[in-house]
Amino acid sequence: MLTKRIIPCLDVKNGKVVKGVQFKNHRLIGDPIKLATKYSEENADELVFYDIYSSVESKSVSLGWINDIAQNINIPFCVAGGIKNIKKAKEVLYMGADKVSINTPAIQNPGLITELAKTFGSQCVVIGIDSFFDQKNYVVCAKTGSTKSRYEVGKNTLDWVKEVQDRGAGEIVLNCMNRDGVKEGYDIDQLAMIREVCKVPLIASGGAGEKEHFKKVFKLSNVDGALAASVFHDNKISIEELKNYLKEQKIEVRK
Amino acid sequence: MIAVIDCGGANLRSVSYALEYLNIKYQICVNKEHIKNSNGIIIPGVGAAKNVMNNLKKYDFINTIKEYKKPVLGICVGMQIFYEFSEEENEKCLGLIPGKIKKFTNNNLTIPHMGWNEVIFNDDSFDECNGYYYFANSYYADVNKYTFGKCTYGSTFSAFVRKDNFFGVQFHPEKSSKNGSKFLMQFLKQL
Repeated sequence: MLTKRIIPCLDVKNGKVVKGVQFKNHRLIGDPIKLATKYSEENADELVFYDIYSSVESKSVSLGWINDIAQNINIPFCVAGGIKNIKKAKEVLYMGADKVSINTPAIQNPGLITELAKTFGSQCVVIGIDSFFDQKNYVVCAKTGSTKSRYEVGKNTLDWVKEVQDRGAGEIVLNCMNRDGVKEGYDIDQLAMIREVCKVPLIASGGAGEKEHFKKVFKLSNVDGALAASVFHDNKISIEELKNYLKEQKIEVRK
Repeated sequence: MIAVIDCGGANLRSVSYALEYLNIKYQICVNKEHIKNSNGIIIPGVGAAKNVMNNLKKYDFINTIKEYKKPVLGICVGMQIFYEFSEEENEKCLGLIPGKIKKFTNNNLTIPHMGWNEVIFNDDSFDECNGYYYFANSYYADVNKYTFGKCTYGSTFSAFVRKDNFFGVQFHPEKSSKNGSKFLMQFLKQL
């Protein structure tokens, strides 16, 4: 059976791993290669690297560290941040990344999704969606790397999920912004609603604080994977311990 | 020396690193001399069957590979091109193994089949390799008499095929952590 994926996310800024709360106040966590190696050895199923600096400052990711990661781990990993065109995606993938994740550039130029899928195959193309609940609707935000740059793009999250699939996305990471970094659990209702229309793998992001949160998101919203950052970086939950727990809860995981 | 064929796919580097990790000498292969000097070939494949076939044509490798007598390992799309035909862009393939590559069509499944799934081997040399491997595929091959490792997603499909000197895996050993290394070592023992 296809297992549920546990995916640590490493926010990278100037070559170092950092973590913010609701996208603000980044604090230093450590060296990306060290952390990547550690998570890989602990049986993380995949890693996501999000280059904050590239995305916010409109610069593209500098690529040397991607090669270092590829050389040091043998599990799949995805790179996000500042990937705006085929040329940049190609450079990132040829450095050894397995997938590229695009967010704001997909909103600004939806045709890029199809172009990427045609060039590299859908399995390489992850669409990151930052979804904000404005107390009425779930809406898509862009440039969320800093509070100054962030804006609502005028799209309903559900419609955008449908559109990116039609355009060739191979996976969707749904970041529920109201939950990011606050450790109160994933946004089960939103994820379950999106799951109904999402025919490609769906990854939950934002809100993990306890082992139970992972159990709930897999059981109640049937996502394919769960992404988390600070619970792993702070050693609050180890991946091994989490997987043992999920297995006890009859959730299929790789050990 | 292993010849790793440049299929234009993005996992060329990952496959190379997996071999370096195992201390295996390899060469990125872009001409027939490289193949001649090799004692095994790896065909890494990511993307579509047409891409891989076009690259093999570009280097004029089609017949060289078909006539090659030492072990060949096809990975993912690199395995799919061993079959006669792929439904993906209706591409005619090498025809080394009978059958065609089909798209997952079960509506209850999320496609691509992406993540870690269990492979059960039925081959004396690979019996120790049972376990979880990383997959990323929307197309698959049915089980037939050349299937020596199975995986289930909706239905059961070929995860590992073997015919004469041709070995193919639908999963990515280069991304499958310790199990992937174990599998690659077993393949390299066939050289």
